[in-house]
Amino acid sequence: MENERTDYKNIPGWGMDADPENEPTYPMKNYTGDDHQRLNYTRPPLQPESVEILHSNERPGLTAVFGTSSPPSGLSGAIRRYAFQHSEDRYRHWIPLILADRINVIEGIVDDIKKGHIPNFFAERGCAADWKYNRKGVLQKALAIAAITAIVITLVSDKKK
Amino acid sequence: MLAMNYRGPYRVRAEQKPYPEIEHPNDAIVRVLRSCICGSDLHLYHGMVPDTRVGQTFGHEFIGEVEEIGPSVQKLKVGDKVLVPFNIACGVCPFCKQGLYGNCHESNPMATAVGGIFGYSHTAGGYDGGQAEYARVPYTDVGPTVIPPDMDLDDAVLLTDVVPTAYQACEMGGIKEGDTVVIFGAGPIGIMAARCAWFFGPARVIVIDHIEYRLEFARNYAKCEAYNFKSLEDPVLFLKKTTDWFGADVCIDAVGCEAEGNTLQTLTGRIALLQAGSGTALQWAINSVKKGGIVSVVGVYGPPYNMIPIGNIVNKGITLRANQASVKRLLPKLIDHVQSGRLSPKDIITHRIPLKEVSDAYNIFSSKLDNCIKTVLIP
Repeated sequence: MENERTDYKNIPGWGMDADPENEPTYPMKNYTGDDHQRLNYTRPPLQPESVEILHSNERPGLTAVFGTSSPPSGLSGAIRRYAFQHSEDRYRHWIPLILADRINVIEGIVDDIKKGHIPNFFAERGCAADWKYNRKGVLQKALAIAAITAIVITLVSDKKK
Repeated sequence: MLAMNYRGPYRVRAEQKPYPEIEHPNDAIVRVLRSCICGSDLHLYHGMVPDTRVGQTFGHEFIGEVEEIGPSVQKLKVGDKVLVPFNIACGVCPFCKQGLYGNCHESNPMATAVGGIFGYSHTAGGYDGGQAEYARVPYTDVGPTVIPPDMDLDDAVLLTDVVPTAYQACEMGGIKEGDTVVIFGAGPIGIMAARCAWFFGPARVIVIDHIEYRLEFARNYAKCEAYNFKSLEDPVLFLKKTTDWFGADVCIDAVGCEAEGNTLQTLTGRIALLQAGSGTALQWAINSVKKGGIVSVVGVYGPPYNMIPIGNIVNKGITLRANQASVKRLLPKLIDHVQSGRLSPKDIITHRIPLKEVSDAYNIFSSKLDNCIKTVLIP
């Protein structure tokens, strides 16, 4: 059976208990009734699509403006394209995006090397600040790593013998 | 131009990027004067937000001087000093028309669950942010607001997010005279929310966190009570006791998805990523508020799901209110609070760091080094 929209205003009692003062979203939302005329607004001029923009399948197309930073590319881009075939309700949207983010990190390192730039992980992680403000912690961490490494090396060399 | 460049979790650097372009007739290019690192930037920095792409420039709290304008811009001119709300709003969609500038329908094609936000992953629109020498600002006639000539730039930059978010957290809490308000989190937003709460007339404002220097800062800056949950054993029980076993009238979650304090939440949310970060603060807020109380959420949670006690929301009749701050709506009132001297946002800034040292700046803020509360980058 098909659903048909009824003339709701003829339903007995329709709207008789409506209280326009009962607006729990005020003052965050200044209710004007625009929700019910939502297609009547004039959209702003549309930004030209200069790079590939993926959009949620929960909307018909792009918004009037959007960011053009880091368009999808490579393997991570292919995964992102897959993710955007699924709605924001689905894990198959978000999990692939997280996977793509991690792959994108490796792609970034490869890109850096291709451009002749060897990433300085210590500098990028702000280790200088650690050394300046948390020298004791850095030394403790270094000692712990050295101790674990020494134990592992000892165990491995014992096994070989 | 010099800009922050995200390279992966816990890895950022300052490097040269192309100067931004006018991409829409109502765009402007702004020369950034101040740009903050927000607590929510740390969620990106820690790799917690899906679709955070390598190469993006973060930064949604910034002010600057208009350098260039698009052909349809009417309200600003080159040389104006502006504060730029963190949310990008068209001003004409049904949501913007009703004051929901944080929920614009015309600024983020990548997700319907959030409006466009500067420099906040592709889940929030894929815009480059303001941790750079220059930034592209869309809808120039709607969001950016000219900074009053007598306003300190350090105050102005905190009006782009910190103060409006904190104020709206209190506003959404519906705080009434005599109320007890509990704020989870003594980061910049939590501290500012504790200060702003007094504008609504409560009798007690209580902040809960576990970083002692931040609790001390909250006590001094916001004139509130502040407790370390690590010394309380059970913060919910403590809050029940201290409110005559009724619970707080209003609880505010100013922490979001990286909360500590609950092993199961930490394991499933922050380590295994089986949920969108840890929901500890929200869980405590729900369980600490009185029956019929209000929980206001401004802490940031990524998609898709979190484990929180929904049954208690129903059975206690809790009103749960949440949103990204509607910065543009709140600015006139907040500018007045600052100009009148009632509120001094800049007092929470502890670190001013050159943009070129952005890697260290992130680590200082993230690792809470040198008693850091709020970091401002100077391009």
